[in-house]
Amino acid sequence: MNSTSHNHDHHDESFIRKYIFSVDHKIIGLQYGITSLLFLLFGFSLMAIMRWQLAYPDTPIPIVGFLFGESGTLASEQYNSLGAMHGTIMIFLGVVPLAVGAFGNYLVPLQIGAVDMAFPRLNAASYWSYFIGGVIMISSFFMPEGAARSGWTSYPPLSIFENGQTIWLISMVFLITSSLLGSMNIIVTIVQLRAPGLTWMRLPIFVWSQFVTSFLLVLAFPPLEAAAILQLMDRVAGTSFFLPSGLVLSGEIVNVAGSGSPLLWQHLFWFLAHPEVYVLILPAMGIVAEILANNTRKPLWGYKSIVYSIIFLGFCSFIVWAHHMFLTGMGQAMSAFFQTTTMIISIPSVVILTSYFLSLWGGSIRFNTPMLFALAFLPMFGIGGLTGLPLGLAASDIYLHDTYYVIGHFHYVVAPGTIFALFAGIYHWFPKITGKKMNEMLGKLHFWPSLIFMNGIFMPMFIQGLAGVSRRLADGGVSYAHASGVLHLNEFMTTSAFLLGIAQLPFIINIIMSLFSGEKAGRNPWDSTTVEWAAPSPPLPHVNFDSEITVYHSSYEYSVPDAKKDFIPQTEK
Amino acid sequence: MEVPYIIKERGDTGLINSKLGIWIFLASEIMLFGGLFSAYIFLRLAAPDILITEENIKSGFQVGEFVFAFKYWASELSVPLATVNTLVLISSSVSMVMAWASLKLKDVSKYKMYMGITLLCSLIFLIIKYFEYTAKFSHHIYPSSSTFMAIYFTLTGLHGIHIIGGMIVMIYFWLPIGNKMWDSQPELFTNRVEVLGLYWHFVDLVWIFLFPVLYLL
Repeated sequence: MNSTSHNHDHHDESFIRKYIFSVDHKIIGLQYGITSLLFLLFGFSLMAIMRWQLAYPDTPIPIVGFLFGESGTLASEQYNSLGAMHGTIMIFLGVVPLAVGAFGNYLVPLQIGAVDMAFPRLNAASYWSYFIGGVIMISSFFMPEGAARSGWTSYPPLSIFENGQTIWLISMVFLITSSLLGSMNIIVTIVQLRAPGLTWMRLPIFVWSQFVTSFLLVLAFPPLEAAAILQLMDRVAGTSFFLPSGLVLSGEIVNVAGSGSPLLWQHLFWFLAHPEVYVLILPAMGIVAEILANNTRKPLWGYKSIVYSIIFLGFCSFIVWAHHMFLTGMGQAMSAFFQTTTMIISIPSVVILTSYFLSLWGGSIRFNTPMLFALAFLPMFGIGGLTGLPLGLAASDIYLHDTYYVIGHFHYVVAPGTIFALFAGIYHWFPKITGKKMNEMLGKLHFWPSLIFMNGIFMPMFIQGLAGVSRRLADGGVSYAHASGVLHLNEFMTTSAFLLGIAQLPFIINIIMSLFSGEKAGRNPWDSTTVEWAAPSPPLPHVNFDSEITVYHSSYEYSVPDAKKDFIPQTEK
Repeated sequence: MEVPYIIKERGDTGLINSKLGIWIFLASEIMLFGGLFSAYIFLRLAAPDILITEENIKSGFQVGEFVFAFKYWASELSVPLATVNTLVLISSSVSMVMAWASLKLKDVSKYKMYMGITLLCSLIFLIIKYFEYTAKFSHHIYPSSSTFMAIYFTLTGLHGIHIIGGMIVMIYFWLPIGNKMWDSQPELFTNRVEVLGLYWHFVDLVWIFLFPVLYLL
């Protein structure tokens, strides 16, 4: 701190400076949050249209049918576009920006007692890069070629020849840049800006999870950027990085230099995309840890083992990627190696989940809305994780690969897993962000139907998948012999999907209503120990805290014997 | 309240924010170029041999012999030009350190000179690269000509973009605005030049790997 530096908190800022091009981590976090929630809603709508098509193939789509041509039905190419864009939007524009961009940005500086992120302007650049990437991605729907339709995995050779892929790649470059800037910032912030006394083993689990997540983003995304550059070269400059010699397209040999390899893309892609799975799940685990400790009113069971497990997960996630590629014929030695590492990586996940379950033991649990979502996370993520084991073993994966079983598996991890944790986080930290509590009744009206309908969508997918139904059928399996016995489930799943959409209405109403007429929350409405609750609600612009922060305790000092109250905030002596 | 540890190191980590930031950025850059070098290895291992005939003969090969595809196409590249470029870049790294050291010694005119030399070196590098590229194009050799040429143009092109990026920041620091930054906050400006230097050494280092991998192997 030096005398010549400008003091931001004393002069008035214009609206644009304060809310649009702000460098305050809280505003940027909110920008990330609002944008990514809108993208989640958009990605959900794409899925709703697809599910209509799966349940009622070639029946005109209600309400939005006119968007898809005169017949109002979905053509196969359009179905493929929606599929590719649903995956891309949900992962790269929805869940990761919400988990890392929004929660990470808003909470990490608060939880470590910092005034802001280490690089505030870089932080704003990260958001705007994400925003531009999102606009480019959405704009591809209106391009003459249409949106990308090669799946979110963009496997060549298909992706080299299919329409719309170039825009997808350009958008990805912006999104990768955004996450690079954001995660760099989070790492430096955690290392450098921890309040006095906040040693590494006193950090809340949420901060640990963001720390490891950021390393995954910094180190795993660049190889995808490399791969995207190579694919862009293949599409634009006529190279053949991913095209083998003698490739036949529509009965003719493709006129390229050849001797490229489609497998190369898969290696580079999954080198990102497997760590990406942990990018999706680690922040969720962090949020759940905070809420569990707070609402069981006892310290988290096995804090250290959770921390070491998170770090181990981070390391291990870099050496399991080829378990997505058992069917490519990469060879037995490779398969043996990667299924071994895959079995190893399941151990820390189980350690974390077990610690969470044991944390419930003997607690006097408060069943408020955030806690309900956090509790639901445990079995839902458990189902998602355990159904992943057969996919990690080459022998069973060969049968299950590319079936609805896979879809069911990773949606259990991400949808009722991560997204439930993110909902829990929104309910939990809403009082800190706005100074108002969210309505409990509407919260429960949001939780219970969501839980039921989530399972209504994804549980039948296991049944369909085990029957052998392939995951990318545009007609839902009408023309597919394997599907005949389980075809009737499609209608049930589609109905669940639409009801799930309706179940989000209480959430939206709750946010808007609570913002205006919610019950006032003080600094610490949940009687929580972590540092962010020492700030006013909402925290002060640019400086966060109204007093000097010093940390004296580890993060979860609940129900300490002989203490005056049942919690000791980290900042109190 | 400003963000702390911009100029003074934090006691327990011994780091300023920007230095840690640039190292993490460079780690991601290593992964970016690492991904591309892995692609190079992957493609090289799978590359075929080419049978030399009257049609595809190049100097140094004989009709009827089988030549490894990467060797065959690498013979198009000019090793002397690349050697000059390597020396130019190494010199620029040295002058970059000298520029930073001059600031540490509070000698702004020397800083201007050394930063100017660094800029000049990077410009020479780009000019030589330009002649290399145009020589290829005039022989109708493009990225689409072969896998080797594809990876050659991609890797050197991406490296060239990194050079240009570094040059933009160098020009910014070299122009009068640099003097202004020095006058108002000398320590901050010195740190900025140091961080720029770390980036620049990395860009040079990438070339040190590119040179043998593309030209000599």
